[in-house]
Amino acid sequence: MKSRVVITGMGVVAPNGVGISQFTEALKKGTSGITFHQELKDLNFSCQIGGVPNIPHELKSNYFTDLQLRGFNSSGILYGCIAGVDAWKDAGFDVNPESDLDYDTGLIFGTGTSGVEKFREAIYKLDDGKVKRLGSTVVLQTMASGVSAYLSGMLGLGNQVTTNSSACTTGTEGVLMGYDRIKSGKAKRMLVGSCSDHGPYVWGGFDAMRVMTYKHNENPEKGSRPMSASASGFVPGSGAGALVLESLENALERGATIYAEVLGGEVNSGGQRQGGTLTAPNPEAVQRCIKNAIKNSEINSNEIDVINGHLTATTKDALEIENWTKAFGRKHNDFPFINSTKSLVGHCLAAAGAIECVASIIQLNAQFVAPNINCEDLHSEIKTLIASEKIPIQKLDLDFNIIAKASFGFGDVNACVVFSKFKD
Amino acid sequence: MNNEALIAKLKAIVAPYIQDEEAFKNLSEDTDFVKDLKINSANLVDIILDIEDEFDIRLENEDMEQMLDVKSAMNIVTSKLNN
Repeated sequence: MKSRVVITGMGVVAPNGVGISQFTEALKKGTSGITFHQELKDLNFSCQIGGVPNIPHELKSNYFTDLQLRGFNSSGILYGCIAGVDAWKDAGFDVNPESDLDYDTGLIFGTGTSGVEKFREAIYKLDDGKVKRLGSTVVLQTMASGVSAYLSGMLGLGNQVTTNSSACTTGTEGVLMGYDRIKSGKAKRMLVGSCSDHGPYVWGGFDAMRVMTYKHNENPEKGSRPMSASASGFVPGSGAGALVLESLENALERGATIYAEVLGGEVNSGGQRQGGTLTAPNPEAVQRCIKNAIKNSEINSNEIDVINGHLTATTKDALEIENWTKAFGRKHNDFPFINSTKSLVGHCLAAAGAIECVASIIQLNAQFVAPNINCEDLHSEIKTLIASEKIPIQKLDLDFNIIAKASFGFGDVNACVVFSKFKD
Repeated sequence: MNNEALIAKLKAIVAPYIQDEEAFKNLSEDTDFVKDLKINSANLVDIILDIEDEFDIRLENEDMEQMLDVKSAMNIVTSKLNN
């Protein structure tokens, strides 16, 4: 029998909470992490609000040496290492620079781009003819796999160590890549996650595309409005999420706390056909991805209790709901509960999948559905598809077993993972 | 600048990069950056930049290749300062 895969550790660095306990509180209370950023205003951004985790300097030195922090300017790596180390400790492991090399544990930590502010520093120096003065860490901080390089060294991991990148599906895809590696017997344990830098140099391209909202600069917490009739674009976010995946045998053997089981999932692409483009999803491929995720999880679509959607607060939210209804064959009152973590943290881009997988497992484990704030005015098209009470705007305590999480990304890529409460 | 003052300045510059406290405490002209202080060789370029800033000099690739211990660093800095 192929091994089952469970989750034994979690870490998160989100705009509305750093660490699992803060983030859990924020999810329960519906606390927004979206704030106004003068820097964006000064740079003439249309959207001047965003989600940035609060990391005081003292906290950095709990994770990084003074030497590592010299000339360090890569917020994504910072967030990724904090989330990754926290997940590792949460799973019951030590962090010790002298630890034995662990060939049984691998790392897949994704990102979209790395260290853009460091890269900007380097470009200014370089264009000024000062390439010799870049210092020794520009490569490490700006290579896509920088976060994996830093993190694997902190933990001494000796199985596959890599970085995946698939736009906003990155984190959810990473969970499934780690799951596959454990399933295939190539690793006992995989630390998976994703991170994203904050700031104008990551967000600027989206602002230029006019896909971020410019209507809530005076009222940041109201800005991220997934599924709302007044949704007018996403609010950019940043941060990281991390999960320790482990074979069930291994978790039981060492008496680990088991938060949930990964039942299965699917990744695919719409190939930019049938309505799919570089920026829009092919609905047929999205539905196929969800259907196959259910099939691979060996469950029936009516066993899904809750969905944590991709739902960014752009015009595509109604299409996403339609895709879920078609993939599940469930509508109106028969539809599962659904929410979007993005209403609280914004769209954390490459970090979104990992942060939202962590949010999904927190909700499953603590048996509640987090409030989906800012959608008191539910979009009329969504109302025709599902009952409005399926989108809780207050915290809902709920005994439930299974949550599905999906992420969709530029390039027409999809990922859907199914988590269940662990039952022996 | 006398040798003692120069060593004191170099000692302060390399301090953030050293991985061997004992060798650092006993730092002398004969101390090797990598072998004794266990400095990560990638950090030697950062030390070069810090020396450039501290003494307001510019070091060339050839200088850097030679700068493997305290004595060679002192020689190179002194010759640049006297130029």
